[in-house]
Amino acid sequence: MSFLEAENLILYYKTLRGPVRAVDNVGFTLNRGETLGLVGESGCGKSSTAIALMRLLPRNVERFEGKVILDGLNLMDLSDEEFRGKVRWKRISMVFQGAMNSLNPVLRVGFQVAEPLMIHKGMKKREAMKRAEDLFKMVGLPPDFAYRYPHELSGGMKQRVVIAMALVLNPEIVILDEPTSALDVSIQAQIMNLLKKLKKKLNISMIFITHDIALASDICDRIGVMYAGQIVELGSSEDVLLNPKHPYTQKLIASVPLLRGDRVPEFIPGAPPDLVNPPAGCRFRPRCSHAFGRCGLEPPFIELEEGRFVKCWLYGGED
Amino acid sequence: MSALMDLQDIRTYFYVSKGFFKSLTVKAVDGVSLTIHRRETVAIVGESGSGKTTLGRTALKLIQPFSGRIIFEGKDITNLKGNMKWFRKKAQMIFQDPFTSLNPYMTVRQIVEEPMIIHGYDVEERNEKVLKALSDVRLVPPEEFLPKYPHMLSGGQRQRVGIARTLVLDPIFLVADEPVSMIDASSRAEILYLLGEIQKKYGMGIMYITHDIATAKYFSDNIAVMYLGKIVEYGETRSVLKEPFHPYTKALIEAVPDPDPSNRFRFRRVIPGEPPSPINPPLGCRFHPRCPYATEVCKRKEPPLVEVQGHRVACHRAEEIAGQPLTTK
Repeated sequence: MSFLEAENLILYYKTLRGPVRAVDNVGFTLNRGETLGLVGESGCGKSSTAIALMRLLPRNVERFEGKVILDGLNLMDLSDEEFRGKVRWKRISMVFQGAMNSLNPVLRVGFQVAEPLMIHKGMKKREAMKRAEDLFKMVGLPPDFAYRYPHELSGGMKQRVVIAMALVLNPEIVILDEPTSALDVSIQAQIMNLLKKLKKKLNISMIFITHDIALASDICDRIGVMYAGQIVELGSSEDVLLNPKHPYTQKLIASVPLLRGDRVPEFIPGAPPDLVNPPAGCRFRPRCSHAFGRCGLEPPFIELEEGRFVKCWLYGGED
Repeated sequence: MSALMDLQDIRTYFYVSKGFFKSLTVKAVDGVSLTIHRRETVAIVGESGSGKTTLGRTALKLIQPFSGRIIFEGKDITNLKGNMKWFRKKAQMIFQDPFTSLNPYMTVRQIVEEPMIIHGYDVEERNEKVLKALSDVRLVPPEEFLPKYPHMLSGGQRQRVGIARTLVLDPIFLVADEPVSMIDASSRAEILYLLGEIQKKYGMGIMYITHDIATAKYFSDNIAVMYLGKIVEYGETRSVLKEPFHPYTKALIEAVPDPDPSNRFRFRRVIPGEPPSPINPPLGCRFHPRCPYATEVCKRKEPPLVEVQGHRVACHRAEEIAGQPLTTK
């Protein structure tokens, strides 16, 4: 059994036009020390999957159900209070998209990293700041930077601070939601090197969310490709990147302009569907060049071989 | 062939006031020379704060340069004031964000038609050109898109409306400032191919401003790499990306991953630190505090942009380090 298992995860938002099916029957597994990438275009439900796992839901939730099993414990059975006390940040933490711009400008950054230690572990401030200094060292910042304010740090440094913040309670899983999207490429490369180092050193599991499949290849052991609220392909990075099965994955990879190599980038005509009213059956059908009769029905999530899944009628399955 | 746009030693400064008597100078663009011909695309790449957007806006005279000359079709327009409509008609801009650059209260027809109203086209011509521009950007059938509002369109479609709006005036010079950075990866190539097609049709010169060096590879003829307000390397795009001479260009290329599952098993060679503030750029070569090859001379003397094996490079050690992979200290 895997360390984390999500099954039939559903998260719909209530809107005036009807429910938005942001996460629609998503399932995946995550092993200890492994990094799973969730890759997809804007609005495909990657960030919604993350907030469903963290149970940081907005007010307009229409439907939230499924199973999330962490080390044998079904997190969905916990009350909000239990989840907050036992799981969030202690076992699963998260680096939010653009978090570096959400640091409190009037508090020293070290204090913001240390705060969970005082609240969750009852540490004294001095002891907690000491631990924050150690964490600063670990993420490649001089320890005395813990006593600075956010405006005294550059973008890359602030990103290191929010990574330290996610690690402060020694979580087993860290969710990283576009951790480098606000940074320049040379800083992005520095942060990716840091994440690789932490992954090796701490043996933590990570869920790495990004729209950039090339960036996902920089750290992920396995990749799940999302389209219109669903995972359409899941497998090892080697399988998904070198031998993609789902027509969407194939086209998505073909649309990446390569810096090394001469393949001319392609594009997928059309746009992703509206998640209030997604097409019946396969959601990629209207843009898919392989679509045939059966695609009007919802395709099953077929396991081609162990741990390798594809949601497409081209690979068999019963009507 | 004479250049369409010839920028000569452009310096664009901004002043930031600090109290009553003090003011600081931000040298956003500091001595840039660049030419763009008709039917040519020049990519300006660089990270945030490198001055690439300011350079584009200066070329369009949306910002007045502090010094330098802007020559458009052989005519010095640097100090041109008053009636600039003829220039505005010929030189257009495509903006980064198709979600905020279109007026949400206007229909596609109104948005695309507006420039022609300003330039005094008559109704018949306007109607005809709106339809033509929409089919040029493949919003077909155009009649179907005319009454739509921006919120009814996808990101890619909105950006195409933004392009159609520039086409109705038959421009010959286009500044495209990050035209695809807000667009989904699977539609980016579509927009860029479209720009290429339109360029051929209208014979335009394009200044393609981007932080994405990989798209620049496929959609530009020449490339200028900027760092802190200066061009550090310029040359034919493929050649610069294949064999970069400036350490900063090398570092930028090294930082960008291609989708390859073996990436995760190795660390990327990176340059330390972040770009310093353009208010107080380092003396000598502006890149020297982060450069793994920096020597004493780099700290004292600013390197000129000189010809090195077909590129123009601003580095004291360019020839010496040519062909070497990026080293990290």
